[in-house]
Amino acid sequence: MQAQATQFAGGFSNTPVDAAHAFRAAMTVMARPGEIRTLSGAQAPVPVSGAAATLLLTLCDPETGVYLAGASDTPEMRQWLTFHTGAPLVDAAQADFAVGTWTDLLPLKTYRIGTSEYPDRSATLIVECHALAQTGATLSGPGIKNTSQLNLPDIPALQANSMLYPLGMDFFFTSGTQVAALPRSTQIAKG
Amino acid sequence: MTEYNFAYLDEQTKRMIRRAILKGLAVPGYQVPFASREMPMPYGWGTGGVQVSAATLTPDDTFKVIDQGADDTTNAVSIRKFFENTAGVAVTEETEKATLIQTRHRIPEAELTEDQILVYQVPIPEPLRFLEPRETETRKMHSLEEYGLMHVKLYEDISQHGDIATAYAYPVMVQDRYVMDPSPIPKFDNPKLEMSAIQLFGAGREQRIYAVPPHTKVVSLDFEDFPFVASKANHPCDLCGAEDSYLDEVILDDAGNRMFVCSDTDFCRSRRAAGHVGRLGTEDAA
Ligand SMILES: [Zn+2]
Repeated sequence: MQAQATQFAGGFSNTPVDAAHAFRAAMTVMARPGEIRTLSGAQAPVPVSGAAATLLLTLCDPETGVYLAGASDTPEMRQWLTFHTGAPLVDAAQADFAVGTWTDLLPLKTYRIGTSEYPDRSATLIVECHALAQTGATLSGPGIKNTSQLNLPDIPALQANSMLYPLGMDFFFTSGTQVAALPRSTQIAKG
Repeated sequence: MTEYNFAYLDEQTKRMIRRAILKGLAVPGYQVPFASREMPMPYGWGTGGVQVSAATLTPDDTFKVIDQGADDTTNAVSIRKFFENTAGVAVTEETEKATLIQTRHRIPEAELTEDQILVYQVPIPEPLRFLEPRETETRKMHSLEEYGLMHVKLYEDISQHGDIATAYAYPVMVQDRYVMDPSPIPKFDNPKLEMSAIQLFGAGREQRIYAVPPHTKVVSLDFEDFPFVASKANHPCDLCGAEDSYLDEVILDDAGNRMFVCSDTDFCRSRRAAGHVGRLGTEDAA
């Protein structure tokens, strides 16, 4: 992990192509809730995962406010994010993107959920997880043929988010180089 | 690092479009505003679709472009060449081999798979525009699900003018929430909007992106006394004999002779290659 020693390392080696592949993985999981894909190419300082780092580099720039939650908010991570994306660091309430563990990201009510005329003006949370698995909560709705399954950190909280539809937050779940997603449109039932 | 921008657009523009696509997928049928860029082609050539394709393509893709079902129009050929040159993608005319298909005004006849993406060129993304010219008002109507007037107007059109008035761009309700314009596809294609592929819609001039994830509920608006019918010319294809494909009517001569042929040229070609024969034979079969 020598690459993590400096904020200048850990970027894409070929930005346009790496970002294109990364976006396709991100788009695929957002379009198919419950699906797990590999997402790699970028490396951020510990404790941020490769998948989360790759999402940040693919989606963030000076136009997007990023909130680093809890343990992910280190001087090294701040420098890395600023150097590679130019994204302004903001509070949770202003964030377009937030990254951290589930408990570090709480409380959810802090984040933007969009407005009735612009539901897209909402936060996307990148939730760092120990592992991703297609077990646990049962998902249905757009992107899902019949049902799919995904281990979610907190079913009632995420059900409450989907009740806000078409407002609400959208989630990526990351672990190592794996990614899954949960848009606000997904209906969630206990396993 | 690179001398040119991959897929023409700079990285910041692609990121902005990619963020819009993700929000569009999260709220199916909702029109996400985006800052449309100038593209090296006129607006009528589907710059919205081109920008969505540019933000979505990877060098591993096999790209297909259809213009009203045909791969060989000037528009389709130009866009295909554009991405062949700027993104280094492989190109194809065969629907089954394509991983990303950009389309103007048709959905391919062949059923698309979950490994495919369909990108629509959209001229007018707002299905309520004919009722209300002001964007602030249509946005409010969508936010309040104020679709009553839309239903009334659609009912009037159908009851007074029959099928003709509503043969294209027939509005749909997406996942019981947003009324959406499916772009000027024939209503024959509407039932195919519920599919396994990811559908992305780009309107360049109007600066809107919207999306329909796989298996999303898409219902064509209709009425008890005028149920939705995915109509087509009541005729088989004169070249390949297909009874279930959308047909173009072609005038053959001054005497008024005409023929009906599949609008989806790859579908027709592959059927003829497989030995299917229509009324006018197989003379120019592939
Ligand atoms: Zn035919």
